[in-house]
Amino acid sequence: MANLTIDGQVVGFEPGQTIMEAATAAGIYIPHLCHKPGYTPHGSCKLCSVKVNGRVCSACTFPAADGQQVISQSAELQQDRRHITQLLFVEGNHFCPSCEKTGQCQLQAVAYELKMHDNHFPQFYPQRALDASHPDIVLDHNRCIFCNLCVRASREKDGKNVFGISGRGIHKHLIVNSESGLLKDTQLTVDDAAAHVCPTGAILIRNTAYHVPIGQRLFDHQPISEVSLEHDHGQ
Amino acid sequence: MANKLRIATTSLAGCFGCHMSFLDIDERIAVLADVVEFDRSPLTDIEHCGPCDIGLIEGGVCNSENVHVLREFRRNCKVLVAVGACALNGGLPAMRNAVSLEDCLLEAYRDGIGVENPQIPNDPELPLLLDKVRPIHEVVKVDYFLPGCPPSAEVFWGFLSALIEGRQPDLPYDQLHFD
Repeated sequence: MANLTIDGQVVGFEPGQTIMEAATAAGIYIPHLCHKPGYTPHGSCKLCSVKVNGRVCSACTFPAADGQQVISQSAELQQDRRHITQLLFVEGNHFCPSCEKTGQCQLQAVAYELKMHDNHFPQFYPQRALDASHPDIVLDHNRCIFCNLCVRASREKDGKNVFGISGRGIHKHLIVNSESGLLKDTQLTVDDAAAHVCPTGAILIRNTAYHVPIGQRLFDHQPISEVSLEHDHGQ
Repeated sequence: MANKLRIATTSLAGCFGCHMSFLDIDERIAVLADVVEFDRSPLTDIEHCGPCDIGLIEGGVCNSENVHVLREFRRNCKVLVAVGACALNGGLPAMRNAVSLEDCLLEAYRDGIGVENPQIPNDPELPLLLDKVRPIHEVVKVDYFLPGCPPSAEVFWGFLSALIEGRQPDLPYDQLHFD
């Protein structure tokens, strides 16, 4: 088996694995939001940025290679990740106290993991729509971070192609593949992977809000670094 | 006691929930009172902030008076602390940012259900509203941030204890939350 090192720890890997996959298999957590085991890597959120032989790369897309020296937990990279997360927060409208996903939200949990106490940057307060047209599913664009997971889930898992990303830069937005542009006119159903894969509160299932009391939510007592490894190994 | 630390507190565009949470330190406020003196605060009714060691700001900035009060605190406080979600990112009041100020006023005072004698308040003594609600760090430099809606009593206690004892404050995992 070929080996690389992550923060000095020797990690074996199978040919074809990414650095993220090798790390996860070895029980090493690298922060991420757009990455999910079993999905085609996207490499867009940049939270999994690591230094590979001195150069910054995305661990979720970069192939593991024999003898690689990977640095993940340096103060510099953690600061970069904190800034990336702060940018995600100010770019959308993330008001945790009024969001159904709070306590179970990966964006929020990553912020906790990175000890993010504030948003640092000026708030952008973009004008974004809420699509409440679907009887079972709500799409709140205010909380979308363009991770592309719902796009991939719909195409790869559900075989439906309900979502897409359109526009560039600050005009980038999630689009719904229907004549009206509304969720009600798509084939999306509550059983679809795309309805459940959102790491934030952008896609929510109706009538499930606040079913888990405060204190028992996914990230109330356990950081995402532990939860993620337990879940990812289970898949 | 002349060498007591002076603390000032205020609520800008907030709900006083953070102040209520602060008071949830319960009987420990007696311990605190041995080492600190309160300056301007809802707890004292002092109108203007004098020279202080610590200023706690709850709420975001939604009107001209908030800006004046915030700058008064910054001028007078050695350490300024943003307390709670609204001070950090605008919070609940900032959800009006999705609607124009004119539409907000029309809905609240003219067109809303159950409005009687519709008129938009225009008394010259009323502070002018800003077009958007803003977090306080966009107006003044902020030294520390206590997230939460509200931050728990334990957060207040741990933070103030650290500052008073000259330690660097830290938030353990259980106390770092945005809700």
